[in-house]
Amino acid sequence: MIIKPHRGQPLWIAFLLHRISGLGLAIFLPFHFYLLGLALEQTETMDGLLRWSDYPLVKFAEFGLVFLLAVHLFGGLRLLALEFLPWSNRQKTLAASAVAISFLLALGFLMRAV
Amino acid sequence: MQESTDILEVGVWRGDVTGGQLVSYQVPRQSSQTILDVVTWIQRELDPGLSYRFSCRVGMCGSCAMMVNGIPRWTCRTHVQKVVQDNRLTIEPMRNMPVIKDLVSNMDEFFAKWKLAEGQFHGRKTRYDPIEPLLPDSPRRLAASAAIECINCGICYASCDVVSWNPAYLGPAALNRAWSLVNDERDIGQQSRLNAIAADAGCHNCHSHANCATYCPNELNPTASIAGLKRLAARAAFAGKI
Repeated sequence: MIIKPHRGQPLWIAFLLHRISGLGLAIFLPFHFYLLGLALEQTETMDGLLRWSDYPLVKFAEFGLVFLLAVHLFGGLRLLALEFLPWSNRQKTLAASAVAISFLLALGFLMRAV
Repeated sequence: MQESTDILEVGVWRGDVTGGQLVSYQVPRQSSQTILDVVTWIQRELDPGLSYRFSCRVGMCGSCAMMVNGIPRWTCRTHVQKVVQDNRLTIEPMRNMPVIKDLVSNMDEFFAKWKLAEGQFHGRKTRYDPIEPLLPDSPRRLAASAAIECINCGICYASCDVVSWNPAYLGPAALNRAWSLVNDERDIGQQSRLNAIAADAGCHNCHSHANCATYCPNELNPTASIAGLKRLAARAAFAGKI
């Protein structure tokens, strides 16, 4: 998708981030549930995959995953508030806050992981 | 006023419903020059065959909107100095509307959607009844006032990605109009309006990109109006009215 000039404004970027994070999570979740499912019958395979998550690059990828999850959560809360609560003119601030909180959460996850 | 260079390089979309392309023109730069001035200069001095639409030249009639460097703008109130990039301008007909010729867009569907969104007033009184008093500072009147100064220029419609993704979508202008009438205490057509705005082509299509609110030259906020319609439709759905 090309960022055409009329799309270069903060709330459109917030939409794009929400869509990308949603698609990213939709791709991730089936693998996540598959891995959890391995705990029932293939515990050795599961342990192997969990050890794989000790690699630094995988840790960093998990940082991205936590960020996507958090930004989708807080961005979604902003949209729910937009649609169901009285209108607030602070939408750009709220969208930026969702990104900032998500980044801090993901950073906290990374700090604990390393 | 001192300008950086004297000649503007202007690409103007020339063509009709069968297709077209950008044609380059060189236009002398002047102080306080608007985009409409540029287009008018091209028509008067270089190519009398150039078609475009304007009327009032003071930002009231809403007829001169065009895409300027990819963003829809009211050209009579847009100064070249504000939007020019590297001394270049690209001027194209409005997005999301079929072109008629050159910079003239066909706005039939845009206006038809105002009707589909029940954008007309349904009164219960005649001219022989006394005028109904409305408190200017009542919450509903204030909500209507916030949405009412639309000049039908179509800029919000041209900037809306949801319109381009779903051509049936009523669009920000029509829904903003519906919201101003939802808040009109004298209107007795609210149920039919509710049915129109909550239907498949209605307010629930909106992704809250807020392009409409970003580019509205009158600084209206159709995104806020559509959010109001969404709340209204949600309440009506829970109450079994739709």
